[in-house]
Amino acid sequence: MALASLGVLLFALPLLGLLQRAAWSDLWSDLSAPAARDALRLSIECSLWATLLSVVLGVPLAWVLARGEFPGRALLRALVLLPLVLPPVVGGVALLYAFGRNNGLVGPWLYDTFGVQLTFSKTGVILAETFVAMPFLVLTVEGGLRAIDTRYEDAAATLGAGRWTVFRRVTLRFLAPSLAAGAALAWARALGEFGATITFAGNIAGRTQTTPLAVYLLLETDPGPAVAMSLVLLAVSVVVLVALRDHLFRGRR
Amino acid sequence: MSLECTFTAGIGTLDLTVDLTVGDEIVAVLGPNGAGKTTLLRAVAGLHPIDTGRIAVDGAVLDEPASDVLVAPADRPIGVVFQDYLLFPFLTARENVAFGLRSRGIGKAEARRRADQWLDRVGLADRADARPGELSGGQAQRVALARAVVGDPRVLLLDEPLAALDARARSEIRRELRRHLTAAGGARVLVTHDPVDASVLADRVVVLEAGAVVQQGTMQEIALHPRSPYVADLVGLNLYRGTAAAGVVTLDGGGRIVVADRAVAGEVFASVHPRSVGLHAEAPAGSARNHFAGTVAEVDALGDRVRVRIEGTVAIVAEITSAAARELGLAPGRAVVASVKATEVGIYPA
Repeated sequence: MALASLGVLLFALPLLGLLQRAAWSDLWSDLSAPAARDALRLSIECSLWATLLSVVLGVPLAWVLARGEFPGRALLRALVLLPLVLPPVVGGVALLYAFGRNNGLVGPWLYDTFGVQLTFSKTGVILAETFVAMPFLVLTVEGGLRAIDTRYEDAAATLGAGRWTVFRRVTLRFLAPSLAAGAALAWARALGEFGATITFAGNIAGRTQTTPLAVYLLLETDPGPAVAMSLVLLAVSVVVLVALRDHLFRGRR
Repeated sequence: MSLECTFTAGIGTLDLTVDLTVGDEIVAVLGPNGAGKTTLLRAVAGLHPIDTGRIAVDGAVLDEPASDVLVAPADRPIGVVFQDYLLFPFLTARENVAFGLRSRGIGKAEARRRADQWLDRVGLADRADARPGELSGGQAQRVALARAVVGDPRVLLLDEPLAALDARARSEIRRELRRHLTAAGGARVLVTHDPVDASVLADRVVVLEAGAVVQQGTMQEIALHPRSPYVADLVGLNLYRGTAAAGVVTLDGGGRIVVADRAVAGEVFASVHPRSVGLHAEAPAGSARNHFAGTVAEVDALGDRVRVRIEGTVAIVAEITSAAARELGLAPGRAVVASVKATEVGIYPA
């Protein structure tokens, strides 16, 4: 009991610390300070793109993992889930040596052929956020796909539905809760991304400086906006948690 | 209208071998669990691959591995009522019925009109807006039936259409299903493990056991002349296999049975109805030609009768009144002699 209480304190104290430090009356002006405003706007834009990219790439990936029969599937899953446990900064370094303009694996080719530079750009932020966020979506959607009774898809097929129609009108309908949960988790993760972003995309105000980066930077010089932005991130986390409570804690009550 | 299927298919360790032609009739595929009944339906619907042979509807080949013909499930003129019905839970009854029409490119208004027509025909016009979760088992079954037939398929397949229903509702729903099936026309194949379903719903019964068809005919024919222990058990007959010569059947499992018909010779089945078996404390001096000594293995009360299973060289089930059972003091382990008159033994070629 004592140890459990200690554990609770470990979670509760920082939360209280943040909340008591908040200047509630100045919250709005803190958030509309230029540095905060730019960072928030960039964060929302990039995290939404990262979520979209995670859905577009992650759903097919989850499909392959859940339904595919091929050697090396376990290995593929391990690869996809690696960013979950990999220190984000290592992910950033890895991204740098893959997409870096000068010393990356495919970076120089991307720049020479298409004139695309990912490092230190908004696209780079999106890429870094997708890298760390997509595993959440893949994991959730794969679980959702496995839980579907495939006989419903068979039933749809006997009713004249082609593969795409079956997917759209049956699979996706059964999958919707998992997809929403996975997207929300991925979005929350992308919004809070720090290590991979700062390593891969840098910390350029207005271009690659997302909210977590701005919080870290401002904390020394101007804690007001830093705390205000922290509260925004906290609020988002709480909202996501509440929205997903049924999905995440199914059968634990 | 006809469905022809002559094929083999593998399911785990079981090899399914089917040779079946269904015309404008209702055929029941009857068999125990794991006999391959559902796989048969899935193969016809295009949901399970066949290894050899062909499946054709009205002469049009749907599946023939040898000539690389394989029509996708969506393009087969086949409607399926699945076990548990599998109505889409997120659609209303009407939308479920309209699903097939919509996916075959029929406009929303027309699909809705035809779906409503069918719901009306199965007596569910007032439940069109209900979700499957709000329907009773019998109602769900009728929606599933409407969904399967709304596109006018030439073949209708039903997998255990009554298994999901509780016993009380069953007989009523069974009669109703028979009415709808009769009205539907075309080749209709239903799979069941229940001989009552088979005899009420079907014109003809095909018995499938361990992946192979062991017997076909009307339920009466099958009940009269079972050709496997499974069927005999279903209809409650004692069944023996042996070689007949000059009015005596020498059983494959040991022992012999005297029969009235002296003309039958060769491999035969001999069947004995439990009610024509007499039980005695010791061998009686009556007219019965057959006496089988054994011990009581099981006594089952069925109202004012009891079924007694006797083990011995010739194992046999007898059905006697409970008063007689009391008088004989029947209990497991008791030594008895069973008697059967030669004229009570059914005999037919194996």
